Amino acid sequence: MGNVVQRQTRGALRFQLFRKMAGLELLSDQGYRLDGRKATELRKFQARMGVFAQADGSAYLEQGNTKALAVVYGPHEVRGARSRIRHDRAVINCQYSMATFSTAERKRRPHGDRKSTEMSLHLKQTFEAAVMTQLYPRSQIDIYVKILQSDGGNYSVCVNAATLAVIDAGIPMRDYVCACTVGFVDETPLADLCYAEEGGGVSSLALALLPRGGQIALLQMDARLHQDHLEALIEAAMTACKGVSKVLDQVVRQHLQEASVPSAE
Amino acid sequence: MEEMAWCLARDLSTRPLSPGILFSFSCSTAHFPTAGEETTFYCVVHSIVDGLYLSREPSSNVSANLIFIHHCRLILLLLHLHLHLHLHLHLLFLVLSFQQNIQFLIVQPISSSMSETSSSNCFSWAAAAAPARENKSSRPHIQPLSSFICRGRVERGGRTPLSNCERDFLLKAIEEKKRLDGRQTYDYRKMKITFGTDYGCCFVDLGKTRVMAQVSGELVAPKENRPNEGIMFFNIELSPMASPAFEQGRQSELSVKLNRQLERCLRNSKCIDTESLCVVSGEKVWQIRVDVHMLNHDGNLMDAASIAAITALCHFKRPDVGIQGDEVTVYSPEERDPIPLSIYHMPISVSFSFFQQGTYLLVDPCEREERVMDGLLMIAMNKHREICSIQSSGGIMLLKEQVMRCSKIASVKVSEITELISKALENDKRARKAGGRCGFAESMPQERITALKTDETSVEMTDASERANDIVENAEVPPQTVSSPVVPAPGVGQVGQGLQNNWGLEEEEDGDVVDISDSEEEEVKCSIQFQPEGGRNVKTKTEKMKARTP
Repeated sequence: MGNVVQRQTRGALRFQLFRKMAGLELLSDQGYRLDGRKATELRKFQARMGVFAQADGSAYLEQGNTKALAVVYGPHEVRGARSRIRHDRAVINCQYSMATFSTAERKRRPHGDRKSTEMSLHLKQTFEAAVMTQLYPRSQIDIYVKILQSDGGNYSVCVNAATLAVIDAGIPMRDYVCACTVGFVDETPLADLCYAEEGGGVSSLALALLPRGGQIALLQMDARLHQDHLEALIEAAMTACKGVSKVLDQVVRQHLQEASVPSAE
Repeated sequence: MEEMAWCLARDLSTRPLSPGILFSFSCSTAHFPTAGEETTFYCVVHSIVDGLYLSREPSSNVSANLIFIHHCRLILLLLHLHLHLHLHLHLLFLVLSFQQNIQFLIVQPISSSMSETSSSNCFSWAAAAAPARENKSSRPHIQPLSSFICRGRVERGGRTPLSNCERDFLLKAIEEKKRLDGRQTYDYRKMKITFGTDYGCCFVDLGKTRVMAQVSGELVAPKENRPNEGIMFFNIELSPMASPAFEQGRQSELSVKLNRQLERCLRNSKCIDTESLCVVSGEKVWQIRVDVHMLNHDGNLMDAASIAAITALCHFKRPDVGIQGDEVTVYSPEERDPIPLSIYHMPISVSFSFFQQGTYLLVDPCEREERVMDGLLMIAMNKHREICSIQSSGGIMLLKEQVMRCSKIASVKVSEITELISKALENDKRARKAGGRCGFAESMPQERITALKTDETSVEMTDASERANDIVENAEVPPQTVSSPVVPAPGVGQVGQGLQNNWGLEEEEDGDVVDISDSEEEEVKCSIQFQPEGGRNVKTKTEKMKARTP
């Protein structure tokens, strides 16, 4: 079979040389990344719950420069197609969209294209595993997530924001759903990738985890990675997710404290 | 009015109902819906169900008691109490069908005067009435009632819902490590790869799943941010030809999922050198388009599609291009030989299906197994053991060990499949060089009936045949002679003795009367003791063994 060219190693070497020449050193010799973080450090985490009064639950989350807004309506009666009613559980309806101003080039079609639909399906799948839908038969829970600024790790930030919004809505879940995107560069896993790191041909793995039981709700990986490195990458992702869960927990408790202080007076 | 209806209903429930009776009762008519009428209807349905359940004989073998409640003019309370509609509902047929395992409640409005909203309301109301019964622990079998209704509504698009029996059977078989077609847990179905007459056309048969991929190329302007790279475009078509569940035109969730997975598997892994597809930087590049058509859906479309796509890409040859200054000439295949694409590696996807919350795992699920699975894990790898893509779908919770195990299995399978693809490509190349006829028509086997013979399905029979051998050895020889009739008592005749009952029933006492038929008039005396008649010898087991050995 003559047309399968073994140019893999040459191509990889060429690419690394190009990167070094262009100054895009994703991991320096001292162990610092492009934005000065270490390999296992997460980006700066800022979150606010209950940002909208109209919605049942809402949350705004910033992870580094990626900003996401999540809104939850429900559980309420199933609207639209009556055929979607499940007799024993709630139906979860997710919609993912990116604002047109969220990327460097203006996005022509914020929702309805294949990537957004795929992302919506993934979000739906993640939350169907985590939310206790058996408690609300014949009803529907809507989760809407919008990316206001995209700087890498879109899926993970969406999942974290949606978790906070679901908790704000008071819908019971099995555990926090924490997500993180990790990449593999120079034999080292990098936690919480930013846009420059994601686009550089780095193999990235997005993982949604329920930390207490160590159960993976969603696992998604693109780009080539040798099988031997897979375990290390998943381990790094799980550790990063556990870190995210601690932060989320802190945010929720702080919000509850703030909310209860006026009633205490 | 309400009390009348209530009494009528109660009366009906206490009377024993025998099968096949048609009774009709009607309540009086139109009032504004009030809370009183709601309770009436509820009680009526309640008592009907009660009565019908009580009427069933506990040990009866009747398979279906069909009772039609005819001409019910019931006022169904609308769930939305703010709708004060003056409804006069005619001819509501309530068909309650009781079967041994499956029970379902169908509500069919007959008269056209019943509006759409009211019918859907009564439908949902009746369905709501059913789960209310779940609270009574004595009637667990009514639970499937509502589930069937809802399932009947959900499964649109021509696909029949899977019955509970089939679902349970499949799950149980998987628990015992048995699959429908006799495969082992990690086995793939028989795979066959054939090519069409054009370069870039490929058919893949994975068991009964059939998929066709066609690659074509044309010169277009490149993308602005990548001026010296060619463009790859992937498209999966799910036509209704493949399965009645696919609707034409509508982009269903499955279609989006498959498309995205194929894109991620082939494009993001950079299996093709796109820079070699550039003709004039910034102006003209090759756009390679891969169209995958599903021809028959028997499970595991993703694997078949990925194999078809990468094989078609390996098989494809693009026309040669010549550049002279500003002119670009595309040579036809007759003028210059077409050039194959430069492919770095071949990513192949392997699908794992999970059952019973991740306890059981199957590779290459067929269509039935896909219907009962909890979720799917797709791992795309190449033969150099590099993982190109992983995607979990379906809402299952995985553990890290499961993912690692699946990746190990996938690497083994991928190397086997890559072998097969290389061999198929080799064969095709040889056939074309030798000038033989190749193409889709030639790849179809000529099915002439020369003998009435079916393929032996590979089903694991070892334990079944052992058991069969045991039974054959332990069985007694049946009576050879036909004996003359005997009259033990006037009016009773007896010819011979019955065969000894060896089904292993332990509760039988000697000489008891066993009721084996529906009707109560017949009584069959079934004597357990085998009495030899007319000096026949009952051979013992050891004697029989001695007789068998020559």
